[in-house]
Amino acid sequence: MGKTIAEKIFSAHCGREVKSGEIVISEIDFALAQDGTAPLAIQSFESMEIEKVAVPEKLAFFVDHNVPSPSQEVSLLHQLMRHFAKKHKIKLYDMGKGVCHVVATEEGWISPGNLIVGADSHTCTYGALNALATGVGSTDLAAVMASGKLWLRVPESIKIILKGLLPEGVYAKDLILYLVGRLTARGAVYQAIEFEGEIIQEFSLEERFTLSNMAVEMGAKAGIMRADNKVREWLKKRGIRSIQPVEPDEDASYAQILEFDISFLAPQIARPHTVDNVVPLKEVEGTPIQQGFLGTCTNGRVSDLKIAARILKGRKVSPGVRFIVAPASRQVYQETLRQGIIEILVEAGAALVTPGCGCCVGTHNGVPAKGENVISTANRNFQGRMGNPEAFIYLASPATVAASVIEGKITDPRRFL
Amino acid sequence: MHLKDYLLQGKAHKLGDDINTDYIISGRYKFKTLDRNILAQHLLEDILPNFYQQITPGDFIVAGENFGCGSSREQAPLAIKYARIGAVLARSFARIFYRNAINLGLPIIVTDTRKIKNGDELKIDLSQGKVINATAGLSLKTEPFPPEIMQIIEAGGLIEYFKKGRGWTELGR
Ligand code: SF4
Repeated sequence: MGKTIAEKIFSAHCGREVKSGEIVISEIDFALAQDGTAPLAIQSFESMEIEKVAVPEKLAFFVDHNVPSPSQEVSLLHQLMRHFAKKHKIKLYDMGKGVCHVVATEEGWISPGNLIVGADSHTCTYGALNALATGVGSTDLAAVMASGKLWLRVPESIKIILKGLLPEGVYAKDLILYLVGRLTARGAVYQAIEFEGEIIQEFSLEERFTLSNMAVEMGAKAGIMRADNKVREWLKKRGIRSIQPVEPDEDASYAQILEFDISFLAPQIARPHTVDNVVPLKEVEGTPIQQGFLGTCTNGRVSDLKIAARILKGRKVSPGVRFIVAPASRQVYQETLRQGIIEILVEAGAALVTPGCGCCVGTHNGVPAKGENVISTANRNFQGRMGNPEAFIYLASPATVAASVIEGKITDPRRFL
Repeated sequence: MHLKDYLLQGKAHKLGDDINTDYIISGRYKFKTLDRNILAQHLLEDILPNFYQQITPGDFIVAGENFGCGSSREQAPLAIKYARIGAVLARSFARIFYRNAINLGLPIIVTDTRKIKNGDELKIDLSQGKVINATAGLSLKTEPFPPEIMQIIEAGGLIEYFKKGRGWTELGR
């Protein structure tokens, strides 16, 4: 019997041939934590009464969620991370560097075939680089620090085959929102998704990251793609030359094989308060909004800011709307500065915040008021997500967010293209 | 915790499907503090104000499908544990929450929770994998844990497991 990508990667990391459903102790190639999860991981590690971090060279910490620190309490947690990282020689990317998942890929931590865990649920983003990457908890991370290994269940896989190409004005974000809507928030719990189809090859790496990023919104353990020449080129630019892509076997066995014709897809929106509450944009067109947010590990990369700038060029954000932009990383910030994209966004009325998670997780920065509607390029719209349980979050593509902040209401971006 | 003769008893607090970790403990608190007792006081407050005050130690959270979906925050099962919830019962759990609960030694039970109503008195025998709904006079089936996971639970969580100097070897490869 053939193997899925997940089964192959796990087999290569635990020294024997394994199948889906098995619980294994696996070598980990790279593990990360951020300021929301690292402090607890450090505490757990210290309670294990182990002196030394086993594999400091395979770890990285990111101060990205709550930056710059808004309070004494947060500063203390950041300080704890810095001290621990220094003591144990763990690489730490401090505030301003960007969102962990964007920075980890930029910095060349991820290669095809890797097995990666992160104390952050959107670790699945690296599936776009043909890695089996999944979110875990803080104590899990402590165990990796202690041993370089972790217990994991080899997941069953779902194959999602995408037929056709996307129409003009419809983006990777619309596609993944559509898929989350179809599969639902629990459509792939414990399972790895393998994305297939012509569109994947068509997509840039940035678009692929958007897709893999939201695999977890269907409950999936991972959202993996094959590595092609685009991956090879992308990694080469980041100093990784030799790669060993992992392909699924022809006769691998899947829990489900799903096909979607995407050639007629229209812009999609996830309505409050769940990510799978997805409808075609036209069903909520005209809904007034008070805030727009462009950023995050889903859609805060160069191409995302670029498409927003294309729409906002020579136009203004509606007077009743606050428009917040968080470049996902310093590299994204610099590149968009160079290309004049930031200039256009600021000219249109955007407020720039520090590269990082921005207002995605509601800890500071841009907390909406009671009863307000927000349109955001993030991956989650749970009640209270942006810091106010009485606000309403709509998720959309960068183009839709840009069009909507111009009009002050949810607007189809195709009108501006 | 020792599972041999581990008996739990308490009242059911019934919740719906897809209860995410943002609801269990808001992101606002995960940055404020590592103090588990403070986290516990904010358990589920965005969707159920004053939930913490309504708990008697040993009570159960009883939910539908996909409990604990969303972020990886371990503060979610920690807040539940320190609110002194005896166990979480659900028809299914999101995977990171499932891991975190096991790693922390918080008992989680997969069972058909449609047969439990809010306020029902439950008795749970973890060693036998039995849930008894005393109010409804029903006995519910549960899914047993695989042996590898049972070892972590029996140790009282991953920290204790490592503390005993066992590392991974005893869990097999
Ligand atoms: S941008 Fe949002 S979803 Fe991504 S890592 Fe940061 S808080 Fe999480």
